[in-house]
Amino acid sequence: MKTTYREAMRAAIREAMQKDDRVFLMGEDVGRYGGGFAVSLGLLEEFGPVRIRDTPLSEAGFVGAGIGAALGGMRPIIEIMTVNFSLLALDQIMNNAATLLHMSGGQFNVPVVIRMTTGGGRQLAAQHSHSLEGWLAHIPGLRILTPATLEDARGMLWTALEDPDPVLIFEHGSLYNVSGELADDAGSVDIDHAVVRREGAGLSIITYGGTLSTALEAAETLSGEGIDAEVIDLRTLRPLDDAAILASVAKTHRAVVVDEGWRSGGISAEISARITESAFYDLDVPVTRVCSAEVPIPYARHLEQTSLPSSERVCAAAREVVGAGG
Amino acid sequence: MTDEQTAAAIVSDPEHVRYLLRQMVRVRRLEEACVEQYSAAKIRGFLHVYIGEEAVAAGVMSAIGPDDAVVATYREHGHALLRGVAANAIMAEMYGHAEGCCRGRGGSMHLFDAATRFYGGNAIVAGGLPLAVGLALADKMSGRDRVTVCFFGEGAVAEGEFHESINLAALWDLPVLFCCENNLYAMGTALDRSESQTDIALKASGYAIASWTVDGMNVLAVEESARRAIDAVRAGAGPHFLELRTYRFRAHSMFDPERYREKTEVERWMERDPIQSLRSALETHGQLSADQWSALQRGVDEEIQAAITFAENGTLEPVEELTRFVYSERTAP
Repeated sequence: MKTTYREAMRAAIREAMQKDDRVFLMGEDVGRYGGGFAVSLGLLEEFGPVRIRDTPLSEAGFVGAGIGAALGGMRPIIEIMTVNFSLLALDQIMNNAATLLHMSGGQFNVPVVIRMTTGGGRQLAAQHSHSLEGWLAHIPGLRILTPATLEDARGMLWTALEDPDPVLIFEHGSLYNVSGELADDAGSVDIDHAVVRREGAGLSIITYGGTLSTALEAAETLSGEGIDAEVIDLRTLRPLDDAAILASVAKTHRAVVVDEGWRSGGISAEISARITESAFYDLDVPVTRVCSAEVPIPYARHLEQTSLPSSERVCAAAREVVGAGG
Repeated sequence: MTDEQTAAAIVSDPEHVRYLLRQMVRVRRLEEACVEQYSAAKIRGFLHVYIGEEAVAAGVMSAIGPDDAVVATYREHGHALLRGVAANAIMAEMYGHAEGCCRGRGGSMHLFDAATRFYGGNAIVAGGLPLAVGLALADKMSGRDRVTVCFFGEGAVAEGEFHESINLAALWDLPVLFCCENNLYAMGTALDRSESQTDIALKASGYAIASWTVDGMNVLAVEESARRAIDAVRAGAGPHFLELRTYRFRAHSMFDPERYREKTEVERWMERDPIQSLRSALETHGQLSADQWSALQRGVDEEIQAAITFAENGTLEPVEELTRFVYSERTAP
């Protein structure tokens, strides 16, 4: 079946709503407008305004209400229009969703799913374009998912809803229009493991979300040059699948981490540190990172494109690590 | 509430009024014991006591049902106790012991109890309001006849989450009772130094929510108002808002030197001590003999002393358990 990332996500929401009466979708413009990115288009007509619930522009209020509804036995899917807006709800995400289970000595788990758009590349400038999933992945108590493929857009939501604890799903804005083939019987997928999207023996390119396609494109180019890159799609940033990362590095002895977040203190730093801590003697050369420039993402296309990881930058980094240290 | 109304309440059901007195004394003794144990370094961290404000928790808790939910603040020892959390579990929690209601992970500011639907123990000012809205939303969507009661101080009124939450509850017609404990100071900042409009009930009414002001130093007035509001919420009249005017006799926390208010102001409010006022009224109407008062105090002292003994004999959560409850424990498939 030919479909898009957006349609796959919508099918996942529809299936969840059909399977479980406790599931509802809540967020800004998810109903009459059809979703800021049209993910929920048509769902209001199908499920009605009680379960496809438009909210005021009150991120802290409706995210907190979602957490409360989860405490009250519901299975809410909260949509936040972009990751930058989620900062208005960070109090609820960090101080409540992530802490309640532990702070209450195991009494109150929070089965909420919070979806949001992340990333740049669409000339939306410095208040709609950042990649803050690495920040959120810093927080114990949360699970952080970054679906990069149609299968994961279709399959991660239901698994997330079955999780007894808060799950955040980051959907890169450049992915919604990606189209491709999806099996007719595509359904829920595992959210515990990274996946090797391309096998290779020359180096490991480790990435997730919006930059998976960048990495795969780079690997294709590199293969024409005789460089055999393996591409790892992390899929879940918390908890990180250390075993998959280390297994790949043990095979290739070289690693390039590609992350649209900033380099300083980002998830790429964490991945690099884990490789260094656990696979230092497997490495032939130091771990290299390709991240966004340390600027607020700018509007002008040439400036924005320069600031984001590109397949050219990934290729350059790969050539360097393959060329170095023999 | 007029003296005549107080008299009528006492005459019609003196036993219930003595019960309310006893509830307030339980909170006061518990917290006096907390302060003592804090001074003895048995309790650490922040400790915020409710002394002076007991009529609010006692009156509201008396008006709600066993299936209702309670969301409170970091000044919540009294709310937890009167909601039905055992003094033993509260005191052990403050000692940081495994027998505490949160196994020592919450402490004074984070008391939680699933059995009584007591949802904390929230130490981010106004952070509990959205949770209350969500709990009520779940009840409404599930067709359950339950009310969520949410306590917060007047300091919360300055936070965005207050406004977002009141609006959502009113917009969606949710079964929430908002109880604003207006003790006039957000830590050391007086209400009139932080709000352009100091009439909080009026402010809430701007969200098209039924709201009124209550004498928070009079437990009978609080109970009567809370009952009226809860009945209305339960009957489907939408969320309600009570501004309970009260006063904190003690410092904000154990670290507060109280530079921001005059001793004479505190003394003036202490003349309206909710426990002494009710005790006098009962005595005036011949409904509290010296023996009854002694017995009441003795019973409470025994409960609190037992709680201290329980906490003293508690055990430390093994450090191997440190990372439990960060995520739910899954049973093998």
